[in-house]
Amino acid sequence: MAAIKQTFFQECEEQLAELEAGLTSMDGGAADSETVNAVFRAVHSIKGSAGIFALDKLVKFAHVFETTLDAVRSGRLNATPEVIKVLLQASDTLSDVVRAARGEAPADEEKTQKVVAALTHLISPGATQTAAASAAKAEPAAAPAAPPAEKIWVISFRPHAELYANANEALPLLRELARLGRTEVSLDDSTLPALTELDPEGAYLAWTVTLHAACDEAAIRDVFEFVEDECVLEISAPATAEVGDGFELGEGFEFEIYAPGGEGIDFEIYAPGTEDAAPAVEAAHVEQAAAGPVEAMAAKAEAGAPVSATIRVDLDRVDRLINLVGELVINEGMLSQRVLEAGITRASGVAMALEELEHLTREIQDSVMAIRAQPVRSVFMRMPRLVREVADQTGKQVRLLTEGEGTEVDKTVIERIADPLTHMIRNAIDHGLESPEGRTAAGKPLEGTVKLSAAHRSGRIVLEVSDDGGGINRSRVKQKAIDNGLIAADAQLTDNEIDNLIFLPGFSTAQTISNISGRGVGMDVVRQSVQALGGRISITSIPGAGSTFSLSLPLTLAVLDGMVVRVGRHTLIVPLGTVIETLKPKAENVHALDSQLRVLSLRGGYIPLIDVAEVLGYSEAPIDMAKAVALLVEGEGGRRVVLLVDAIDGQRQVVIKSLEANYRAVPGIAAATVMGDGRVALILDIDTIVSVTRTEAGRLTDGETTETSSKNEMTYV
Amino acid sequence: MFDSPAGHRDTRELIAFRVGMLECCINIMTVREIRGWTQTTALPKSPPFVRGVINLRGSVLPVVDFAVRLGLPETELTERVVIIVVQSGAQQIGLLVDAVSDILTMTEAKIHPTPDVSSPMLKLFVRGLLSVDNRMISLITLENVLPALEPETV
Repeated sequence: MAAIKQTFFQECEEQLAELEAGLTSMDGGAADSETVNAVFRAVHSIKGSAGIFALDKLVKFAHVFETTLDAVRSGRLNATPEVIKVLLQASDTLSDVVRAARGEAPADEEKTQKVVAALTHLISPGATQTAAASAAKAEPAAAPAAPPAEKIWVISFRPHAELYANANEALPLLRELARLGRTEVSLDDSTLPALTELDPEGAYLAWTVTLHAACDEAAIRDVFEFVEDECVLEISAPATAEVGDGFELGEGFEFEIYAPGGEGIDFEIYAPGTEDAAPAVEAAHVEQAAAGPVEAMAAKAEAGAPVSATIRVDLDRVDRLINLVGELVINEGMLSQRVLEAGITRASGVAMALEELEHLTREIQDSVMAIRAQPVRSVFMRMPRLVREVADQTGKQVRLLTEGEGTEVDKTVIERIADPLTHMIRNAIDHGLESPEGRTAAGKPLEGTVKLSAAHRSGRIVLEVSDDGGGINRSRVKQKAIDNGLIAADAQLTDNEIDNLIFLPGFSTAQTISNISGRGVGMDVVRQSVQALGGRISITSIPGAGSTFSLSLPLTLAVLDGMVVRVGRHTLIVPLGTVIETLKPKAENVHALDSQLRVLSLRGGYIPLIDVAEVLGYSEAPIDMAKAVALLVEGEGGRRVVLLVDAIDGQRQVVIKSLEANYRAVPGIAAATVMGDGRVALILDIDTIVSVTRTEAGRLTDGETTETSSKNEMTYV
Repeated sequence: MFDSPAGHRDTRELIAFRVGMLECCINIMTVREIRGWTQTTALPKSPPFVRGVINLRGSVLPVVDFAVRLGLPETELTERVVIIVVQSGAQQIGLLVDAVSDILTMTEAKIHPTPDVSSPMLKLFVRGLLSVDNRMISLITLENVLPALEPETV
């Protein structure tokens, strides 16, 4: 049961996403019937499944929501911007209620009630201001909700064979109708054939029910909720209806069938003739019942319900496949190398076959990776809600534009971009956009725009959050950085460098700490989490015209872009995301602070030098500065150091292999990988290398020197 | 010497190998494979008995110089050295040894206890002693081959 429930919640997430997408496009003006239907269906399926699990609160809320959506669908309620705003709120609340049902954060009861009230308000007769344009249409909708007044409904119901095949029966439905009020049921058996021609799986009967009840048509339709697609159902308006001609009801609705196939109709009561005939019919019926489910499926397929061409697969299985393919790639690389070593020419058959194999292997690798790839849509979907909330809190009007939702990225990355994006968007609205007054003064439209986009760029995914706000106030940022001792008072910084100061730890430009961005989480934390993913974040800003945050991330966390370096006879990988630049240090720019610590003067700042061989204990002798190559890298918290290595062998993508699986964590080493020659190469953990050196420097020297060195580390170029 | 039918369930197969002057054996069920020497990649800040890591069909396998682990001189890389890939708990480890010498069938009864006077290092690994054709073979347990995360207290 727990597993089924798990699936239910997964589906809820999908339906909620669907709902949000539909409402958002309605907000954008696409109120066509298809969109409205999709929105309705999403809420309806949540309600239907929630009923199975007896999640009463969820069912109740979904029902109210559905009722309002139905009014929109049937045209009784116009999808005005005000209405859509309420619907969007309802969609947020629905996702809260789902979450609560899941046992996560409890839903805000008060808020839920408020939304329920707003939803009912939209379709209730008490609504004075809403849907002004559709006052005439709203009236009939109001009628059913009017105070109890007995009406006479005429319901004609003719089941199709599918209804029985799907284990539904007419009798319970009629019984259910009788519960609503007094019923007069008449049976129409005019199409019933002679027993010899009777198809035991057929449907020949129809009923006409006259219902005296004070209910609305929705209540009647609810009775037939799960069979509406499998019968001819006509509900005619009450004879006593106040509204002149009433409105057309009972059009065919597409509903999914939740009950599995199986039982058919009780034939014995209709079987005419002798007593002996009945068992025969029953026997035939039982025999045919086995075929039920198959036919039910066929019927469902015929009904045109779109059959989803996806399957759910356990992630472990996919991961295993990815590992195996990784091994295949390495093996293939080793084989090619061996073939070359054996002196076989490229033109030979072996080499050519090998090349074929190589293509195939790459293709398999790409395809397997694609299994885990998901569009960023799932994350983007959450953002409209965030924007609405932050906009409400700040009293700003914000329009969110999204672009490139279909851009695919590995599942591991998807899961981890939501937080940074949330911060960036919060920041864009809270700090980026001006207040409504400010915007008016600047001659901009009152409504600010925040644009969220995703795109693939040179093997990485680039996410951008841009606003059309005031841009970064550079003089204030610089002053603040000087005040906080982050930069020297006389530091010469380019505009871009000033903009990027906001990523420094402990930097917050908000003059008053607001409860939106100032939750103790600054952009430095965002940058840190991005860097932990092997990503990069930067900002560009045009005064008066807005800022753009760009976030570049690897497409997968299973593979890393690395710079291959040589240290002595060792091959090491430096994550490319941490490398800012490579340089050839000049001896005159290297200064010794003490016997241990050397710094490199670079464009007016001093950056600590780290001899990689020494730090890793590969060699005792210090590296020959004349031959060394330097990598300027940036670690945790934006701390920069220069790594000294013997040579750079180029860049390549490496598959990340755990050291912990068979050994244990090694300080200074993030993971390992297997190179084309089959040997293991270690991937440097820049963060610990930066911090290890810091503590060593701190331990080796006390007092003044420590102060000096820490000051140097704080100096940014 | 003979195996009684009653003692059959105690019978186990052991793989014997040479480590310096010693002859050791381990339960054959823990052995995943035996492979020739492959150049290792040294790990920084690792104990001296960890020769480094190698690629074992895509996973990273640490290689322990078993001689050094037992407190003997480093294994010389001759033609005959092999890496015995063993399963120890959830991990796989490569043991670098001088050569594989024998496969033995033993009963529990033939295992003699390790004398108390042996070095603490040996006590960590040697579970008992076997006598085969006048050779003394140490039965090794693998639990302590790789150092625990904490520095060793023994």
